[in-house]
Amino acid sequence: MIRIAKYVLYDIVRNRFILLYTLLLLTVTLSMYSLDSDPGKSTLSLLNIILLVVPLVSIIFTTIHFFNSYEFIELLLSQPVNRKTIFFAEFLSIAFALSCAFLIGVALPMVILNFNSSTPYLIMAGLLLTFVFVALAFGASVSTRDKAKGIGVALLFWFYFTLIYDGFVLYVIYSFSDYPLEKVTLLLVSLNPIDLARIIILLKLDLSALMGYTGAFYKHFFGSSMGIAYSFSFLILWTLVPLMLAMRRFVHKDI
Amino acid sequence: MKCTILLLSIILPFYASAKTWMVDQKGNMRSIKSALGLARNGDTIRVMPGTYREGNLIVQKSVAIIGTNFPVLDGENKYEIFTIAAHDVSVIGLRLINTGVASINDISAINAIESNQLRVLNNRFENTFFGIHLANCSGSLIENNTLLSDLEAKRQIGNGIHAWKCDSITIRNNTVNGHRDGIYFEFVTNSLVENNVSHHNMRYGLHFMFSHNDEYRSNIFQDNGAGVAVMYTKGVRMTGNRFEDNWGASSYGLLLKDIRDSFIEKNQFSKNTVGVYMEGSSRCSFSQNIFKENGWAVKIQANCDDNVFLKNSFLSNTFDMATNGSLVLNTLDYNYWDNYQGYDLDRDGVGDVPFHPVSFYSMVVEKMPSSVILWRSFLVYLLDRTEKVVPSITPENLKDNHPVMRNY
Repeated sequence: MIRIAKYVLYDIVRNRFILLYTLLLLTVTLSMYSLDSDPGKSTLSLLNIILLVVPLVSIIFTTIHFFNSYEFIELLLSQPVNRKTIFFAEFLSIAFALSCAFLIGVALPMVILNFNSSTPYLIMAGLLLTFVFVALAFGASVSTRDKAKGIGVALLFWFYFTLIYDGFVLYVIYSFSDYPLEKVTLLLVSLNPIDLARIIILLKLDLSALMGYTGAFYKHFFGSSMGIAYSFSFLILWTLVPLMLAMRRFVHKDI
Repeated sequence: MKCTILLLSIILPFYASAKTWMVDQKGNMRSIKSALGLARNGDTIRVMPGTYREGNLIVQKSVAIIGTNFPVLDGENKYEIFTIAAHDVSVIGLRLINTGVASINDISAINAIESNQLRVLNNRFENTFFGIHLANCSGSLIENNTLLSDLEAKRQIGNGIHAWKCDSITIRNNTVNGHRDGIYFEFVTNSLVENNVSHHNMRYGLHFMFSHNDEYRSNIFQDNGAGVAVMYTKGVRMTGNRFEDNWGASSYGLLLKDIRDSFIEKNQFSKNTVGVYMEGSSRCSFSQNIFKENGWAVKIQANCDDNVFLKNSFLSNTFDMATNGSLVLNTLDYNYWDNYQGYDLDRDGVGDVPFHPVSFYSMVVEKMPSSVILWRSFLVYLLDRTEKVVPSITPENLKDNHPVMRNY
């Protein structure tokens, strides 16, 4: 598995896209810290990068890469190699490459320029989001045969989690605003990895935003170590479940 | 020469008559009560160190009671310590502890009734139900006292400095901690509250009603259960105070209800759930205040009118402003908003496009508190942006026409 992963990694690095991505993240992070005098504000702007760009790039890059290396996968499958091994090798190498890009592009400057109590959470959330969206991209890729269609499904995932789902949550809150909704929203938010990551980071950054009774409830929940464990484990579930589903599909797929 | 002798002969007898009584547990006079019995108007009672358990002391003469090295007056959790019913009384340098607790009477460490020109200076109050209770005491001075009460130990707790129907009193350099209301005023007029620290009180740091023309200067109100609430008053002047760390669902840096013709200047509001909450207030002027890191910097209900916000700074607040209606009768001008995204083409330091401090989402959160969970999501960002371009729910007229580009 490691050998296959190594070849895939070589391929990814040769591609140069990942280098560009790293550079992009690095420039954005550095410029944000140098532009704004208030480091708290730059961290908030970085939050947007983590919540929008990281998932988008992860999911699109993975899908494109999967379809581009379709022939390589076919070649491997003709050898006596377990399909699971190939699948996990692909997943691990892509996730590894994207995580490295994130670590160098965002985490490293952040640790150097503005390390505070929220930094580890930001980094963890960014990494887990990368993993989640790579796994989702595999789901999109294995369920389609065509590259364009695959990218379409991947984009749809991204749209769904960044916009459509939140719209749905807002609609639910609006329709049932006469009822106590704290626990319901808690559950609803757990069903969206981007929301989960956002709340983890926000509670560490912008506490005033979640004040008031409702805010106090969320803070009580997410702010406790139990809540943090809960949200991180949900993010891990968000990686594992799509990954397992994609793997089952891949194993039985007629390639 | 003759004149001097004449003058001396007039003045000296008065001096001579002002006697000093020494109360010492090792001396001849062992109780304050007996000294109070013997003293006459104008006398001084000096209390030497020790612990005095004398129940309730009633002062009906104009005397000065001065402690040396903080003698302890213990109310044994049963009694009111001083009941003062005379003018020109001074209580200086005592340590007053453990008053009784009651639900009908306001048992206090110092309870002054119709006692003008009272002076309470340099005392320490510990575990008192009410600390200092003034009823109809004009011209009094409360200075350099420390009032500390243990919230956990007692279910019931009274106010730190409680004043009812007083005029021209001064409250300066006191620290109040762990009471119900730190400073409580009702029908207190023309008074000055200066340099006090009121923190960790159960309810309000400062609470007043019907107390016109008072001035509050350089006080600190910190981490009180519900912040500071002031009501039904006109002519309030608040300058240089700090309102900090008042967090909670019904906690406000400063709550103004029916306040009229008042000035709120150069104060700092930081880390409160709501910096300033205004209801039914008119003709108040807010200038040069700093609103920093609050949940809502200002919540202004639509029933407020003719209030002016001039040259304030709004920094790192989650929401700069919120309101509950579309009617706007207040003015904002020349404030600094760190959320302002306009430009200044003519470089005169004033932004060329008006700033609308009420965001769409602050209106949404006002209506549906649960929706705060979506704060800072991409959807909310888009909604806020759309609303900025085409305002539909946010009040169009609530805007700062001259937002300054640089912080004051």
